[in-house]
Amino acid sequence: MGATSFRLRRRSLVVVAVALVLLAAVLVVDIMIGDFPLTASQVIDALLGGGTRRDQFVVTELRLPRALTGLLVGGALGLSGAIFQAIVRNPLASPDILGVTWGAGAGAVSVITFAGSLGVVTGGAASVGLPLAGLAGGLIAGLLVYALAWRQGIEGFRMVLVGIGVTAVAGNVTHYLLTVGDVQDAGRAMVWITGSLNGRGWEHVVPVALALVVLIPVALIGGHVLGALQFGDETSRGLGVRVNVARSFLIIVAIVLASVATAAAGPIAFVALATPQIALRLAGTAQPPLFGSVVVGGVLVVLSDLVGRTIYRIELPVGVVTAVLGAPYLMYLLVRSRREARV
Amino acid sequence: MSVRLEASSLCVGYGERLVVDTLDLSVVGGTVTAVIGPNGCGKSTLLRALGRLLPARSGAVLLDGKQIDRMPTRDVARVLGLLPQSPSAPEGLTVADLVARGRHPHQSWYRQWSSDDAAAVEAALAMTGISDLAERTVDELSGGQRQRAWISMALAQGTDLLLLDEPTTYLDLAHQIDVLDLVQELHSSMGRTVVMVLHDLNLAARYADNIVAMRDGRIVAQGAPGEVLTEGMLSDVFGLDARVVEDPVSGTPLVVPVGSRHRSS
Repeated sequence: MGATSFRLRRRSLVVVAVALVLLAAVLVVDIMIGDFPLTASQVIDALLGGGTRRDQFVVTELRLPRALTGLLVGGALGLSGAIFQAIVRNPLASPDILGVTWGAGAGAVSVITFAGSLGVVTGGAASVGLPLAGLAGGLIAGLLVYALAWRQGIEGFRMVLVGIGVTAVAGNVTHYLLTVGDVQDAGRAMVWITGSLNGRGWEHVVPVALALVVLIPVALIGGHVLGALQFGDETSRGLGVRVNVARSFLIIVAIVLASVATAAAGPIAFVALATPQIALRLAGTAQPPLFGSVVVGGVLVVLSDLVGRTIYRIELPVGVVTAVLGAPYLMYLLVRSRREARV
Repeated sequence: MSVRLEASSLCVGYGERLVVDTLDLSVVGGTVTAVIGPNGCGKSTLLRALGRLLPARSGAVLLDGKQIDRMPTRDVARVLGLLPQSPSAPEGLTVADLVARGRHPHQSWYRQWSSDDAAAVEAALAMTGISDLAERTVDELSGGQRQRAWISMALAQGTDLLLLDEPTTYLDLAHQIDVLDLVQELHSSMGRTVVMVLHDLNLAARYADNIVAMRDGRIVAQGAPGEVLTEGMLSDVFGLDARVVEDPVSGTPLVVPVGSRHRSS
């Protein structure tokens, strides 16, 4: 069936092309809208290095870094979710549910509250310490889930259950830190754990961009085994896959992606959960497409941020918007999986 | 014909329990071997160990004379294909995509799909007679069609050794015959070597050149169906009181169980 797979491939190519155009359009629109409204041509001029000095400043210093952070964070979350869902073979598997995002959240909040009480939260600690602590927290939580769920291999359902437990622990750690911390720090931490793109500058773009430049190719190269990993372990091993090696490698890539993203913008809810399923339906495949998930995730976060910035007279953090959109989706997933379990 | 797959003093177990106990077996190229035995005798475990899915506790499995667990698993997958008992596919996967996965051992990250792959998949679908189902999803197929799809995947893998773990489970008799006719065809027209676990003794007698009877992790008897399927063996291995007559169609042994109702005195 060469024709079939070609048709499938062409369809995913078309989806990716459309998504890239959409991405560029969303980016431009996102930059146009704000306290200083700009036209599309002003935005494009400023992006290409022209336009007035004011437009230049608004576009390249204020809005572009924010939009790019959203795009990259969304892409990283989408890819992370796609890898998790493909490996665990469960649409519920995502870094949000598996504790990674909450672990990263606890790590970052510990920096905000402790560094704040020590009076060193300015500059350095905030821009270097926070992402690193987030990354560390996410890795610890993710690896903990992985280690606890390991029993001569990884079984999807057990991983989801352990993940829910670790999420609860990380959530409690976070709440404890918020309680003992200074009120003002706790306030800032609250905004952060909702997931926000407010005030994101180039210092936030660069780490996520670097991580993605390395990890997207790694994931796509490693991802060719995902197709053979979608069956039971015995079938996959029969096809010549070193199941545990391949799975561990991809899960670690997914954990790092989600942790880096969370360190940059806070735990933006539901993006990693919903994105792969949206991309899967758009591409018409049985497994979440990796590259498609990157694109869909980016679009989703930038659009949600745009909605958050404009829908109400005060700015809503992007995490609030994605939570409002994502919560019903999670309920739908749970209801559906219960029905299937009954059959 | 040469020995393709060999177990030598093979011991396999789960935890404390030894399931396959110092077993020797030689599978000659171009033959169909059926492994029979009562539930829990270790026949599936033996098949999994032959397919390097389970490690040998001691002894070894040799594939073409080389120790299978020392070979790169991808190299093994180019020579030996296996079909586990009731395998599962994700929801929404099409038959064409399922069969295409069989090409995995021939692909790498820089060469993910080639015309060779396409030809092999097309041939495998035609061979099992499911070309017209290529676009359907695996979950909407009937049991018999689904089993054909899985066999098709194993065929697309292009290996000349095939290990099938109860390929006829959950199929009605007509579909069992269908699947075994297909195995027969692979063997007779393509020279493939097949080792399968079968429950049905009469079908095993019909479709296998070589029957291996197991009990408690050991081989009790092996050889041509006529030599192995005897009343004495059935009573020994299965604890079954049965008559063995000649199958009126194939001339192979036909096992007729007696059962308590017809046991005279």
